[in-house]
Amino acid sequence: MIEIQNLTKRYGHIKAVENISFTVQKGEILGFLGPNGAGKTTTMRVLTGYFPPTEGTVKVAGFNITEKPLDVKKRIGYLPENVALYKDMRVVDYLKFVGRVEGIKRSAKLKQQVGNVIERCGIGDMQKRIIGKLSKGYRQRVGLAQALLGEPEVLILDEPTVGLDPKQIVEIRKLIKELGGERTVILSTHILPEVQMICERVIIINEGKIAAIDTPDNLNRQLSKQLVVLMEIEGDPQKIVSVLENVDGVMEVKQKRKGKVKQFEVITRPDKDIRKDLAQAVFENQLTLYELRTVEMSLEEIFLKLVTREEHHA
Amino acid sequence: MLNSTPIFKKEIGSYFLSPIAYVVITMFLILSGYFFYSSVAYYSLISMQAMQNPYMVSGLNLTEGLISPFFANIGIIAMLIIPMLTMRLFAEEKKSGTVELLFTYPLRDMDILMGKFFAASVVYLVPIAVTAVYIIFIRTLTELPIGPILAGYLGLLLMGEAFIALGIFISSTTENQIIAAIITFGLLLLLWVIGWAANFTGPVFGKILNELSLVRHFDNFSKGVIDIKDVVFYLLFTFYCLFLTCRVIESKRWRG
Repeated sequence: MIEIQNLTKRYGHIKAVENISFTVQKGEILGFLGPNGAGKTTTMRVLTGYFPPTEGTVKVAGFNITEKPLDVKKRIGYLPENVALYKDMRVVDYLKFVGRVEGIKRSAKLKQQVGNVIERCGIGDMQKRIIGKLSKGYRQRVGLAQALLGEPEVLILDEPTVGLDPKQIVEIRKLIKELGGERTVILSTHILPEVQMICERVIIINEGKIAAIDTPDNLNRQLSKQLVVLMEIEGDPQKIVSVLENVDGVMEVKQKRKGKVKQFEVITRPDKDIRKDLAQAVFENQLTLYELRTVEMSLEEIFLKLVTREEHHA
Repeated sequence: MLNSTPIFKKEIGSYFLSPIAYVVITMFLILSGYFFYSSVAYYSLISMQAMQNPYMVSGLNLTEGLISPFFANIGIIAMLIIPMLTMRLFAEEKKSGTVELLFTYPLRDMDILMGKFFAASVVYLVPIAVTAVYIIFIRTLTELPIGPILAGYLGLLLMGEAFIALGIFISSTTENQIIAAIITFGLLLLLWVIGWAANFTGPVFGKILNELSLVRHFDNFSKGVIDIKDVVFYLLFTFYCLFLTCRVIESKRWRG
């Protein structure tokens, strides 16, 4: 659905995005993750046809953005980061305007589509209000509603949940999940659990370059170069450490908490699951095991790791 | 084919939903009404004097004495008012950030530009049309040749479009509405009086300056003369400004 090849965008001498390539399948929900100024918004703006790429090609549904901008723009719904809408218009009038711009000519169809997106985004009570008077959350939803008008095949959402209250965030996430499948969705965010929750694939972007592309699960797996097992054991700490260290596959044992029941962090090689061996070693040495669980590295940690690693290279 | 209707409707909406259109139209009508009243009062004073002095009567002429100054005055008001109409067209969108969505809608630059141009034209033409009431009022009192009046209105239409085109062009180059208004007004005024320098800049350069003058081309219209040269001047001026605007919008994009 979307093909980006060797995309570079420069502002004067400043390179915002450098040599990015990726493709997005139809119906996929792709997450864009990166620190501020990483090039997320720039990439999205090129995709929407707001400005052309300096180098490289961008194709949406087979249409090249520089050659057939109108065909691309017709297929894209865009929610910008700072949802700047016409403040002096009423919600429903604004949506009708967008509908007409998107090429809905017949007034019956326009009315029906506008009604549809109003209902979908839960802004029915606000439709007669002036946009400038709406709260941030509702403005965000109006922004989403206008992106949905014209039934675009691709949705590009730049930080769609920023500024919403927790309940609204849950609702919008649900909506985005629903939209995926029928539509291709690209969204950028700072909130990492959000990516894990709604995205099928993640692109981590840093300093204008792609740091990683994969599913959230794979990223978790790939990047955890080690598996951490947390154990709570009662007994002599020195004995415990020596017992655990003797198990095959253990790289390091660290005591985390003192007291009657001690907590240990056991770092193991990820290629083999040795939880069974660890438990067996504890029992065989007449120690009492209270808890044994693996600690997964959160996407947050992976993200930090990737981004800081990139910085080391630079 | 041009797809300007949605933008046109939206711009008309924001002119008339906000006080801008009403303020502009009201000020326009107050000023033109006052100017019209003064010219009528002055003309009737001259007529009174002419009744005592038969020699003056031959020089007395409604077209030259009333209609021509009337159109010249409206031209000046248009120069004052149009920068206020056009200043927001692109500058406001840029300042508030609405350009981002605007330029990602399936519209060509031309569609957006012409929608805005026609909307501003309509707001300008409303008070112009209302001034016809003054003419109708005079016609109930006396015989008035209709030809010069139509020529005058054609002149106002063409000159107004040229002003609006220049205003849009300036508005597209800045995101500050006040700067857009001041530069537009300054350029209009400069082009209005540029002919003044013609008297002392030599024959060739002087002629060029004279032809550049916005008011010189309008003089003929307000006297009731439609010269193809003047029509072409205003049309070219309008098209050139619109063309430049298109270029500016385009360049803003690739410059990011």
